[in-house]
Amino acid sequence: MNALELQGVTFRYRTGKGVEDVTFRAGPAELLGIVGPNSAGKSTLLRLLSKVVTPQRGRILINGRDTAGLSRVSLAQRVAVVPQEFHVAFPFRVAEVVLMGRYPHGAGGGWGSARDHAVAQAVMEATGILDLAMRRMDELSGGERQLVSVARALAQEPAVLLLDEPTAHLDLRHEQRVLEFLLTHHRKQMGTTILVSHDLNLAAEHCDRVLLLARGRIAALGRPEEVMTTAHLESAYGCSVEVERHPVSGRPRVQGSLSRQVASDTVSHHSPDVREAGCPNGQLGN
Amino acid sequence: MKARSPSFGEHGRWPAALLWMAAVLLVGVLLSVMVGSVGIDPREVLRALLGIQAVPGDPAVTIVRQIRLPRAILAGMVGACLALAGLGFQAISRNPLADPAVLGVSSGASFGVLIAMLLGLAGPFANPAVITLFAFAGALLAAVSVYAIAQVDGRLPITTLLLSGVIIGLFFTSCVMLFTTLLASAELQGVVLWLMGNLAPAGGRTLAVLGLVLAIGFVVLARQAAGLNLLALGEEQALQLGVEAERVKRVVFVAASLVTGAAISAAGSIGFVGLIVPHAARLLLGPDNRRLVPAAGLLGAAFLILADLVARTIAAPTELPVGVITSFCGAPLFIYLLRSRQGGDSV
Repeated sequence: MNALELQGVTFRYRTGKGVEDVTFRAGPAELLGIVGPNSAGKSTLLRLLSKVVTPQRGRILINGRDTAGLSRVSLAQRVAVVPQEFHVAFPFRVAEVVLMGRYPHGAGGGWGSARDHAVAQAVMEATGILDLAMRRMDELSGGERQLVSVARALAQEPAVLLLDEPTAHLDLRHEQRVLEFLLTHHRKQMGTTILVSHDLNLAAEHCDRVLLLARGRIAALGRPEEVMTTAHLESAYGCSVEVERHPVSGRPRVQGSLSRQVASDTVSHHSPDVREAGCPNGQLGN
Repeated sequence: MKARSPSFGEHGRWPAALLWMAAVLLVGVLLSVMVGSVGIDPREVLRALLGIQAVPGDPAVTIVRQIRLPRAILAGMVGACLALAGLGFQAISRNPLADPAVLGVSSGASFGVLIAMLLGLAGPFANPAVITLFAFAGALLAAVSVYAIAQVDGRLPITTLLLSGVIIGLFFTSCVMLFTTLLASAELQGVVLWLMGNLAPAGGRTLAVLGLVLAIGFVVLARQAAGLNLLALGEEQALQLGVEAERVKRVVFVAASLVTGAAISAAGSIGFVGLIVPHAARLLLGPDNRRLVPAAGLLGAAFLILADLVARTIAAPTELPVGVITSFCGAPLFIYLLRSRQGGDSV
């Protein structure tokens, strides 16, 4: 069984940005990383998977069902998104926000069944935010807010969890807390997790497989050590990189290298600001 | 698991809160019927309501049944309409500063009413439904313009929203002034009174149309309330949770314009009710729209009835326009909200 399958999916915005002919599968309990430079199509892919936009060509299947034939509510029962930024316009309380994750399972407008409340309670307990339940969202720190966002997504009990840079705005401690939780919990549930990230090292360290997008197409797909090679990354990002092994995990570790420029690079060697031209540590093409 | 339900807590007793609000509304109605140039005590009010005349041709019966009660009913329905309109506009623009007057929607509605007058549709034998329809069209025109102008890359930053509201409001106010000068002088005084916000007792048909529109607006908003809550997370996330965000926004947009139009055509321009009442309701009950819709209806009615009572009595025998009272309450609140972080967030 393949939880998530894309077959020749194409979507172009009028500006020409988008993705072209994307085909891949992600199985249950798999963590698939999607990496690539800016405007490579990562966000477009996420928006396609959550049906904010629909494919112009190709199909997206979830547990064998074409998402084109699913209503928004039934899709939300299967796919949940943890966005990059989580901002709630009015001062809702944490428990209220987590319960919003039960919306697709409710009668649409109900106050939540006993089961909805039990699920909300369980995910808050699992994410360690149960003691924040009655706090207002505008009183929380960035890390706490992101945990609420994760709990809200898990309350949907999705088969596929989409994470859009879930740790981009977090400090190291909160990043670890969020990641650790996501990795252990979601795998236990046998769900499929898609992690979109700028952080190549994060993806290399934690993902089962990595999909490298460049200019809207799949440049490489496979285990981190197969994808994170100097050749793949330099061609995708257009700047020079060095790939080493992590001393403990043995996973690839990527560093932008300032010392030499790729020959075909359009950037002048006399550029006054070399740091802008080269790639900063790990976060290629921020 | 016997842990307490995580959803309620301090807002858990909200049905009781609604009962309290209904009680405040009833007291407001009673007070506004009792107080005036002639004082009427509660027993007389009750008698008048039951149609029992203490003496033949009892003036209390006439005052209560012909003047004060219709006026209180009009004020209550107008207040509820404006409060619901504010709540709706706030939910879809994700900002507590949205209000039909601030957004220029009220001016658009006034413009629609003046067009109806110019076309001769607003005479003494006019059909209030027709005037309401014109006001609705004007309100919708203004609201669509404001949101179209304010939109930047599919977002609604509060600065551009407020600015375009001011501009559109000024524009329609100018149109209203232009058309006012074109009206025959016989009609002029009525128009000027109406423009200032006038809760003079309205005819039964006006009340019926207003009540019908209020009921429609209330039902529509109540049905969309859960979706509106999720809209607070942002449009894309609402979509990802199964809410047809665009449809919800459009429906609420039209409903809010409709109740604004009905309120304006019945009572003229009364500002800030849509700002004050949802804010108060949020303080009491939290931001959940499923609670706010009934609360805004009840509190809006109570607020305008009491504001009208103040306007009638504070400088008696002179009667102040009720809009003066609501603005004196609303303007400071608007400034407070704008300066505090709640309103400053651009979305």
